[in-house]
Amino acid sequence: MAGQKKLTVVISQHQGKNPVKRQLEEELAMACMMDPEVEVSIIPNLYDLAHDHSGVLFLKGIRGDVVVLSWLFPRATQWILDRAGIKGKAGTVFLVGEDDEDDEDQDEAASKKNPDAIGTLDVPSRLIYSIDLRASTDPQEFLTEIRRIVKETSTETVDLMSWIQGEPKKEQLERYLSPQAMLGIGSSETGAIAEVETEEQVRRRWYPVIDYDRCTNCMECIDFCLFGVYGVDALDRILVEAQDSCKKGCPACSRVCPENAIVFPQHKTPAIAGANGEVAGLKIDLSQLFGGGDAMEMAARERDIELVRDGREAVGMSVGIPKRQANACGVRDELDDLIDGLDDLDL
Amino acid sequence: MAEELVFMMGKYEARIPTNCLYSKSHLWLRKDGLQYQVGFTAYSVRLLQDVYFLDWSIDPGTQVFEKQEIGEVESSKALSTLYSPFDGRIVEFNQLLLDDPSGINTDGYGNGWLFTFETEAAPLTPEQYLKVLEAGWEKTQNMIKGQIN
Repeated sequence: MAGQKKLTVVISQHQGKNPVKRQLEEELAMACMMDPEVEVSIIPNLYDLAHDHSGVLFLKGIRGDVVVLSWLFPRATQWILDRAGIKGKAGTVFLVGEDDEDDEDQDEAASKKNPDAIGTLDVPSRLIYSIDLRASTDPQEFLTEIRRIVKETSTETVDLMSWIQGEPKKEQLERYLSPQAMLGIGSSETGAIAEVETEEQVRRRWYPVIDYDRCTNCMECIDFCLFGVYGVDALDRILVEAQDSCKKGCPACSRVCPENAIVFPQHKTPAIAGANGEVAGLKIDLSQLFGGGDAMEMAARERDIELVRDGREAVGMSVGIPKRQANACGVRDELDDLIDGLDDLDL
Repeated sequence: MAEELVFMMGKYEARIPTNCLYSKSHLWLRKDGLQYQVGFTAYSVRLLQDVYFLDWSIDPGTQVFEKQEIGEVESSKALSTLYSPFDGRIVEFNQLLLDDPSGINTDGYGNGWLFTFETEAAPLTPEQYLKVLEAGWEKTQNMIKGQIN
């Protein structure tokens, strides 16, 4: 096939102006630019973009496989994109950060998807690879991973193309391969970095992102949040309806979520920011032990602070707190295992 | 060597020196003039394991209330927000730990102290703290277990 397909690489910039982070972004962009099989673009921090921002429109225009590099946990990236209507199957990334390492291999991790989860809808077969820019400080490691993905996706292209009934017209194929040209953004020539967004103001935002591979549509978040952030779609599926009604810094609903399906990508606690596993791999949160309330108390307290700030009445634990039965009934054997497990952890 | 009580965490012996007082949030407090020196008990350290990051979110000299967030700790196995054990005033933080928090592991009841603290509150006696540990051990295991699975 004459028109070789290029892999689109999108770099989502860090919110701050940290020179080290900027430098990594720029080095990666420059290196990708020199790669004839890669089309690179830079957008402002993905999380902060409104859905009509040109950066999001650009991402929406990409039909083929895409690599998104961002300063976020891959789970956060994946579901931010999903909410913006940029969908695809999650490509397997080998370069992962320390906080995001899973002891299980990828297949097992994938099977960790909650079987009761409602999933996301209308997912095309193209792949979206989300890479955490915090996974390494060495640009070379990212470039190696991008090269690997280029190879992986170019072999799959053959299959994909052979499925298409009949030959596409040359223009159609070109449009498919380089949507940037169609959108008038960047250039399909190598040697140019498309820098999307220049004059549009991007301010920092704060809102929840739902991981539909975990969400069971239980509606506890919508019951708990008193600020109207959540809503349901035409199919009665929960969604984050009014992102900007969310209260900056408040992660309360994510604590209430029984499936740990609500991500606040900018929260300091990895588990809330979308790190893999329950708590950043195998890290245990001991806050409760050291005097913090339990998750429900903490959530209610955080919500009260925001209610009072809004000039409303604090409601404490009286509203929207699920009366869940703690699974207290004795499973003696497993408890014993745990004690032994504790002792096995090297001191 | 000061006398001590011992709490068995599985097979691990958590020492509870009797020359300290304690808080429910697993800190020890040792009277030092008008103020207390405060640190992690052996029980805390056992659960935390190797501490490699300690950060305070308030300035020395700050008046705090019980359970107010004052900082964060992270270890190889765990992380936690840290809270004030009682109403009072945090006088100063252990500077040595900010450079290298390993003192928490190597000398938890000595050079691994966290901060100095003024309070009117009456901390727990070693015996009372031991009771707290006995009463909470199962719940603690459940909590950890709930997170590991």
